[in-house]
Amino acid sequence: MSQELIDDVVGREYEYGFVSDIDQELIAKGLSPDVIHFISNKKEEPEWMLEWRLKAYEQWLRMKHPHWSNVHFPPVDFQEIIYWAAPKKKPTLNSLDEVDPELLNTFKKLGIPLDEQKQLAGVAVDAVLDSVSVKTTFQKALAEKGVIFSSMSDAIKNHPDLVRKYLGSVVPVTDNFYAALNSAVFSDGSFVYVPKGVRCPMELSTYFRINAKNTGQFERTLIIADEGSYVSYLEGCTAPQRDENQLHAAVVELVAHAHAEIKYSTVQNWFPGDKDGNGGVYNFVTKRGLCEGAKSKISWTQVETGSAITWKYPSVVLKGDESVGEFYSVAVTANYQQADTGTKMTHIGKNTRSRIVSKGISAGKSQNSYRGLVRFNSKADNSRNYSQCDSLLIGDQCGAHTFPYLETANPTCTVEHEATTSKIGEDILFYCNQRGLDTEKAVALIVNGYAKEVLNNLPMEFAVEAQKLLAISLEGSVG
Amino acid sequence: MKPLLIIDQLRAGIEGREILKGISLTVNPGEVHAIMGPNGSGKSTLASVLSGRSEYEVISGSVTYNGEDLLEKAPEERAQAGVFQAFQYPVEIPGVSTANFVRTSLNAIRAARGEEPLDPSAFLMRMKERMALVELDPSFLQRSLNEGFSGGEKKRNEIFQMAMLEPTLAILDETDSGLDIDALRIVANGVNALRTPNNAMVVITHYQRLLNYIVPDVVHVLMDGQLVLSGNKDLALELEAKGYDWLRNDGVVA
Ligand SMILES: Nc1ncnc2c1ncn2[C@@H]1O[C@H](COP(=O)(O)OP(=O)(O)OP(=O)(O)O)[C@@H](O)[C@H]1O
Ligand SMILES: [Mg+2]
Repeated sequence: MSQELIDDVVGREYEYGFVSDIDQELIAKGLSPDVIHFISNKKEEPEWMLEWRLKAYEQWLRMKHPHWSNVHFPPVDFQEIIYWAAPKKKPTLNSLDEVDPELLNTFKKLGIPLDEQKQLAGVAVDAVLDSVSVKTTFQKALAEKGVIFSSMSDAIKNHPDLVRKYLGSVVPVTDNFYAALNSAVFSDGSFVYVPKGVRCPMELSTYFRINAKNTGQFERTLIIADEGSYVSYLEGCTAPQRDENQLHAAVVELVAHAHAEIKYSTVQNWFPGDKDGNGGVYNFVTKRGLCEGAKSKISWTQVETGSAITWKYPSVVLKGDESVGEFYSVAVTANYQQADTGTKMTHIGKNTRSRIVSKGISAGKSQNSYRGLVRFNSKADNSRNYSQCDSLLIGDQCGAHTFPYLETANPTCTVEHEATTSKIGEDILFYCNQRGLDTEKAVALIVNGYAKEVLNNLPMEFAVEAQKLLAISLEGSVG
Repeated sequence: MKPLLIIDQLRAGIEGREILKGISLTVNPGEVHAIMGPNGSGKSTLASVLSGRSEYEVISGSVTYNGEDLLEKAPEERAQAGVFQAFQYPVEIPGVSTANFVRTSLNAIRAARGEEPLDPSAFLMRMKERMALVELDPSFLQRSLNEGFSGGEKKRNEIFQMAMLEPTLAILDETDSGLDIDALRIVANGVNALRTPNNAMVVITHYQRLLNYIVPDVVHVLMDGQLVLSGNKDLALELEAKGYDWLRNDGVVA
């Protein structure tokens, strides 16, 4: 990019209200080609990346905001959003005493170790505990196996061939309104490549990524599992994530080649808004996996407890013969939260199989919808889907909705669908009380029992934390 | 000997309707009291008020348990203090295994008393032993609580839980209803095995039959929200023979 242009943009700093202080660097509100140039330049991206972004921007301009989901919110003004914030440092505090007590309380309930609490809350941590050394050891182990695990920004610079080949190959730029927006302005995210025949020696999570910065509101992740490889990736953490950005629109793309397997687990706990429904993050995510090769497998597991509005459908395209797609989800809504989540399984190859287990939990005045599409293309001979969609209601002011869609162009395919709705009623709670459990413990016990099948799919450590998280997010929603 | 439970002139109801109209009853440690009475007379309501179900409001009177005011305690606090109710209609909890439910319950009660959780092997031993007491197959431990259990199995599961929690005061609400003869004997044997000089039981039943197995110290008749007559175990036989009408006509009920 030309220096002229930078000067041009930066030169208008005052006019457009550039804010620049020690901790952060912001750009003016709104989206324009200039802004995209600015972002790409800031990230020192190659020309092809800039062009890719600009093309996405043009496409986005021609698209309309989707209206079909079962969520309601005032229209988003895309010119009111700031599209670039340099990796924002959290304010550094001197001790845990300076941290919001409510946040600390939650940490304690989650059982997060003290050192980690400090790190999450932005308290300066002793040099000894600095996680850099942990990360370095971790990276060394990965390098020995040839696994690439870096930020997307680094990957664009260091592995341009891989990025160019796969970026947008699963979620095309024009896939939907928010995918197009993300493609134009994405900030950062993770990049993973697992070479042929390699079983990734550990669970990958951003925690172990060097230079894991606050990735901002437009996260972009790309994971490629080459033939016969295996990788398990963890996104998010159970600690509450507070963020000033109201809109989050991430894109995640997974590619599994023949005989490869990708397991992608998410715990989403963004700020859900307060008890009266004020504030909270809008989380509009596009996640899709491509089972490219024969006998490949992609499995999504998600525990969604945060955000004011969640709109998310991790999907699998089953292209390879005998490939397998799985979706395990627990979505909790309380207070005024709204969630519209589900999956799309597209069967293209022969003998492909998909399995959907969705567990919605609604409390308070919240609305929880499952939306799922299972599609069998004409060549998907003898393919099968199993779907189970359960709803659990706590109280009588919340709502649960299920929208299962089936499109089949092949008579040899079979679907099995089960759905249940249950309620944690007074009589069940009283029964538990009578056995010595207070109402909060009772809800935790019931909810964890209900969500067990999904939680069991999470890596062990995560599962224990997620259990506690479910209980915490429903605290105060009964009685 | 200090009484375990003193109910004094208890009046309680729901939605402005009075159901219990002045009940007084004293239960000493080691005793078994049977409460009989026609449908709708308030037997389950009495059980619910004692265990603290919030829909029922106490209008007046008092309940003292172990020298403390029972009515001011939350339901879970009553349970932690050793009050147990075997329900007439036990609920089903999908996804929560019987073993997990009982372990969570027992440990919550122990925690409230400042005791450590029972270690897993001791817990497992105790579960197997108490399962055998009510002749339930250990496979029930892995099944969701009461889900798909037959009526009789649910009742046996109530007694199993009682055996696990070792309450000081157990209120059994029609635990014998819907049981076949064998199950009745099994439940009664279970209950008898748990009798100690320190705990007490209030057994609500419609059938004298049960009282052949669980021999009560006192039998009470509850009619229209009042205890109208008390006697020894022979009273149950008399009720079986004569029904309740004579009590009404007798003018015992004012
Ligand atoms: N939750 C409630 N709402 C309204 N009425 C109630 C409620 N609980 C009890 N009652 C009424 O109070 C009266 C006593 O009911 P209760 O269940 O205590 O009787 P019971 O003696 O246990 O009868 P049964 O032998 O049939 O079990 C009945 O008329 C019943 O309809
Ligand atoms: Mg009754």
